Amino acid sequence: MASILIHAAEQGLLYGIAALGVFITYRILNFPDLTVDGSFVTGAAIASSLLVSHGFDPFLVLLIAFAAGAVAGVITGLLNTRLGITDLLAGVLSMIMLYSINLRIMGRPNISLLRVDTIIRVVERGFHPLGGMSVLVFVGLVTLAVMLILVLFFKTEIGLVLRATGDNERMVIAQGVNTKRMKVGGLALSNGLVALSGALVAQYSGFADVGMGIGTIVTGLAAVIIGGSLIRSRKVLWMTTSVLIGSLIYRTAVMFALRYGYVIGFQASDLKLVTSIIVIIALVVPAFRERMSRRVKAC
Amino acid sequence: MLKLESIRKAFRSGQDIVLALGGIDLDMEKGDFVTVIGSNGAGKSTLLNVIAGTILPTAGKVVVKGRNVTTLPAYRRAQWIGRITQDPLAGTAPMMTIAENLALASKRAHRSLRLAITRKRRNEMIDQMLSLGMNLEHRLDDPVSLLSGGERQALTVTMATLARPEILLLDEHTAALDPGNATRVSQLTEEFVKRMGVTTIMVTHNMEHALALGNRLLMMNKGEVVYDFGGQEKEALTVLDLVELFSKQHIVDDELLLETG
Repeated sequence: MASILIHAAEQGLLYGIAALGVFITYRILNFPDLTVDGSFVTGAAIASSLLVSHGFDPFLVLLIAFAAGAVAGVITGLLNTRLGITDLLAGVLSMIMLYSINLRIMGRPNISLLRVDTIIRVVERGFHPLGGMSVLVFVGLVTLAVMLILVLFFKTEIGLVLRATGDNERMVIAQGVNTKRMKVGGLALSNGLVALSGALVAQYSGFADVGMGIGTIVTGLAAVIIGGSLIRSRKVLWMTTSVLIGSLIYRTAVMFALRYGYVIGFQASDLKLVTSIIVIIALVVPAFRERMSRRVKAC
Repeated sequence: MLKLESIRKAFRSGQDIVLALGGIDLDMEKGDFVTVIGSNGAGKSTLLNVIAGTILPTAGKVVVKGRNVTTLPAYRRAQWIGRITQDPLAGTAPMMTIAENLALASKRAHRSLRLAITRKRRNEMIDQMLSLGMNLEHRLDDPVSLLSGGERQALTVTMATLARPEILLLDEHTAALDPGNATRVSQLTEEFVKRMGVTTIMVTHNMEHALALGNRLLMMNKGEVVYDFGGQEKEALTVLDLVELFSKQHIVDDELLLETG
């Protein structure tokens, strides 16, 4: 039991970084970005192939994965802002392009990391006095560091402008800001984080697979929405914290569903269906509640 | 400071082409304050849009400080041009706090990775809000969406001041407010325009305002400037004169008649 919770927490934190990426586009930029389904794999693919074929340092590959994800975000941003393709379609096009690119990077549909020194192995050796908790402590520190950097960034002048771009773009233009560039930058940051998450998850689970990114947008949204319904705040610190908490809750629920779900006939392959339904409900409930309350007031 | 040379703007509306601006010429010196009146659809807002760069003219030239800016994107013109529209929601970011909105306004040119709201900056913000006299100084960390329309518009005016524009475009910016707030917001704007000597164009439906403020008055109809009164000519004008001129142009506008009553 304890080990299930530890695994759920580790995964919740690692996928939480991707959820923070989704949070940036969905909540801050108001740009529903589907690129993440591809850029998550891009991060995993680059990390894995560099580790396996070129013997790169497992920490260095994280930075490279972030950069690659950022490039993917820039492409989506340019498709949208320069070529005028709608946000959803721009994301879908990037995602599909990335599928081919990811296969090119990997050279095959999946790469095993069983025989290389992943970041997890390095940590297990280095933090070994912590025993079974070493990986959890490490991923916790990494995720918290990412979150805090993000919170600080959103308090800077540029960070403020980025938030305002999603809130009232016309006003930001009137303040002399090129909002197109801001969107491209925000998408780069978001997809960089998603790719970083992919690189970490690949090293954590010991493989990269070209299909591992399917549904990243939905699980990210699930974390954002679950967290947002628990902590209702407009402060960036609380919003980002809520995303990570949402991710932890989601992964714990998934873990239990996979472990004990067979009792009610649940199969692992049902996961994406159930997750999507949860997201649909979470999206619809607030609107429904508002309509109800308005109707009550009208009476 | 600002020069318009035979600005034309045509919109396509189904099969037809509607001429929103039919050749506008305007030359404004630094510190000039022009008020613009005219019925709905006269092209007043289109004119401001063309100056601000949110729409491109079909023909003609916009010159700011001797530089041709006709095709310069709106965000690049924002370094000289400030704008306040009728919609109190347009000028502020609703999900962000008062302090964050003020911080967005005060830094125009170079934005960096420095902290946006320092302690010093915050104290300045408290002073700025105190001078509004709307009790907003205690609410710096409230999201702007919680403010009333009048409070938001007052904040927008303050933000425009902080950005120190050289040209200010006012597009019926008090029209959507209740009388009390409208008066307060016009006072703020007047103070600001006087203090900074900013070159201003104000579109209004209120003829008394149009007469009381500024040193030049334009009356527009169907995309053209039909009357242009400057200096003493404008001083001598009365609301009744304007109403007469309107009826001469066969302009029938309930809103205008109400405003004069």
